[in-house]
Amino acid sequence: MLDDFFIRAVLAGLGLALVAGPLGSFVVWRRMAYFGDSTAHAAILGVAVALAFDISIYVGTLGVAGLMAVIVSALVSRGQAMDTMLGVLSHSALAFGLVAISFVPQARTDLSSYLFGDILAVGKTDLALIWTGAIVVMGMLAWRWQNLLTSTMNEELAVAAGIDPRTERLILSIALAIVVALAIRVVGSLLISAMLIVPAAAARIWARTPERMAAVAAVLAAASVGSGLWASLRLDTPAGPSIVAAAAIFFLLSQGVRRG
Amino acid sequence: MSALIEARGLTVHRPGTTEPVLSKVDFRILPSEIVTVVGPNGSGKSSLVRALLGHLETARGQVQRMPGLRIGYVPQKVHLDTAIPMTVRRFLSLPRRVGDADAQAMLARTGVEGLGSRQLTQLSGGQFQRVLLARALLNDPHLLVLDEPTQGLDQPGILSFYRLIDEVRRETGAAVLMVSHDLLVVMRASDRVVCLNGHVCCEGTPQHVSSAPEYRALFGAEAEGTLALYRHKHDHDHDAVGHVHGPDCGHHHNA
Repeated sequence: MLDDFFIRAVLAGLGLALVAGPLGSFVVWRRMAYFGDSTAHAAILGVAVALAFDISIYVGTLGVAGLMAVIVSALVSRGQAMDTMLGVLSHSALAFGLVAISFVPQARTDLSSYLFGDILAVGKTDLALIWTGAIVVMGMLAWRWQNLLTSTMNEELAVAAGIDPRTERLILSIALAIVVALAIRVVGSLLISAMLIVPAAAARIWARTPERMAAVAAVLAAASVGSGLWASLRLDTPAGPSIVAAAAIFFLLSQGVRRG
Repeated sequence: MSALIEARGLTVHRPGTTEPVLSKVDFRILPSEIVTVVGPNGSGKSSLVRALLGHLETARGQVQRMPGLRIGYVPQKVHLDTAIPMTVRRFLSLPRRVGDADAQAMLARTGVEGLGSRQLTQLSGGQFQRVLLARALLNDPHLLVLDEPTQGLDQPGILSFYRLIDEVRRETGAAVLMVSHDLLVVMRASDRVVCLNGHVCCEGTPQHVSSAPEYRALFGAEAEGTLALYRHKHDHDHDAVGHVHGPDCGHHHNA
């Protein structure tokens, strides 16, 4: 069954969708959209590093995205004016990544697969890594769930209850870096944060509790993967963007529900 | 009796500067004690509370919390964001999960019965304050910390809020640390009052603080009201009991 490229693509997408729901919800709750962008864009730099030193793409992106996530999270802790700073970091990471990758001859040809993903080329090893990573991230979120939620609601309440918000921020940064590394083959560097934010934003309308929102977001992300891949096959459109486009349509429909 | 929280020589700077918000503050609160911190705006009341809780970095001095201390905290301002869906019931279980029966009973106790399924963002200011209090009490705290807890409440609401605090203290034996503007009510309900203006200006029993010149200098006419409250009851000797003066208050005792 895993020999079929389409089945592998669906399974890879579902693995990502599973974590994109809960993690994306935190990104929305904590207003970390730009944070997600800078971490995801740093992944391109990670690809360049990985190809130049002939190491695994996953290790390279995880390393560089992780570094970026920790830097950004440290800046947030110090309470800098974040909007501009994140804008600068996010786009510089992308620009440096694209410049660096141009020095690596074999990457120039398939640059777009790193920018927009290449889910139909996912192999069995990729699949194993994506699902392992997804399970690790789910485990991290489940383990810290109550603390993460409390410090997301209000940091002072968290501190009074003996929770250190900096630890929780770090956990989320690491989770984000892992998901970025997983998603680079699926939707690519440019669309990772869309995969996190769009299903979660669409899920908001159907949720009265945080758990419900995370679950609905995961279901919507999975539905986006399914319908996006189907459309991509039928219409011969690029897979990653089709998945995000499907998620965007779900978001529009959810806004219609809100009005109606 | 050992203190629940004790601070010695506590100095806190305005974030990112070396300008002190609090300097050399000594503070302690004992089990079952009700201590109120009063002071004008910008006197460092909230900074003191947040430093005691460990949410603000201290520039100098140390804060010791009793090991295993459970704190029920009602912050001055909780910004609620519609981005996160949160019912009252779910909020009560953060971070420690509580049973449905306990949650319902506590909501009834704090006067917001039956609001469990409401979204936090749909509550009025007063309702939300009561939910925060319910959440704090469900943690079975040794110490209840209330920072301007009656903001957004009307006069009857304020009175019933303090009555509730008083009842809770008597039932559970929890200590209460309050920051407040409601001088008249608070002074009556406290065991000890700390008058703060960047440093501890004066502290002691409400009677003593309300007759201290530095307290009256800080609060003017409003202070006269609290003084009157005690003047007819107590013919006291100014320096006999528990009235401690901090440095630099710019006054002398001419007893």
